[in-house]
Amino acid sequence: MSNQSSVEIQTEWDIVAARQLGRNVAKELGFGTVDQARITTAISELARNIYLYAGQGRIEIQRLTENGINGILIIAADNGPGIPDIRKVMEDGFSTSGGLGAGLPGVKRLMDDFKIETTLGEGTDIRATKWLR
Amino acid sequence: MNVRIPILKLRDTLIVSIQWELDDQTAIQFQEDLLTKLHETSARGVVIDLTSIDFIDSFIAKVLGDVISMSSLMGARVVITGIQPAVAITLIELGIRLEDVMTALDLENGLDKLQLELEA
Ligand SMILES: Nc1ncnc2c1ncn2[C@@H]1O[C@H](COP(=O)(O)OP(=O)(O)OP(=O)(O)O)[C@@H](O)[C@H]1O
Ligand SMILES: [Mg+2]
Repeated sequence: MSNQSSVEIQTEWDIVAARQLGRNVAKELGFGTVDQARITTAISELARNIYLYAGQGRIEIQRLTENGINGILIIAADNGPGIPDIRKVMEDGFSTSGGLGAGLPGVKRLMDDFKIETTLGEGTDIRATKWLR
Repeated sequence: MNVRIPILKLRDTLIVSIQWELDDQTAIQFQEDLLTKLHETSARGVVIDLTSIDFIDSFIAKVLGDVISMSSLMGARVVITGIQPAVAITLIELGIRLEDVMTALDLENGLDKLQLELEA
């Protein structure tokens, strides 16, 4: 079994494929139903953001082991416009698309670790990890 | 690929049971179909059963919230039933409060609640 798999995000259907992949890996790793829902939801938010704001990109799912603890890493990467003000997009309710603005701050709360790297005109790389306790 | 969610009518109530994972198109189509059906039937109540749904993201939450507001504009009350524990937890962590939304444990309780509400 490979410990890395990914889905190219180009259409709305790829959002469905990405979260199904994530849920399957989460299940195989032994995450309970609540964590499976958290992980699936986080992937759905990140994949939809790629689709909406960058047009296309990639969701990668990795299995992690650190100090004997297993985890799942979600990488959402795109070569889109980048995010001008990270602090702003991490506020609840901030949206440039008429959405709820719940996505990014929500993913941060749903997961254990959360990191954004973004460069204007080059793209965005978001990494979120959940550890199996 | 484009499956539509069936909407059943029972007396003055519409009943919707969402049985599979919602993609964006299906969710938007459902919104339209439900409002059209409300208009056609003049139903006064809607029960949306989410028992089979195992996650809700911000997009689906927005569609559901909009459906509830739009239905109320059209004079119908909506009850959401069967929200799984994992779904309730992730919705709150996402920061989504479905405020002023009538909920019930299951379809049967939802229909009872709606009936009481409509008689009141
Ligand atoms: N990959 C990305 N590339 C460029 N901009 C992004 C990206 N992801 C998010 N953004 C920007 O950050 C804002 C906040 O994103 P977030 O997911 O929190 O909310 P939203 O997508 O607007 O609404 P919701 O997710 O609640 O439907 C977006 O409106 C968009 O402007
Ligand atoms: Mg979003």
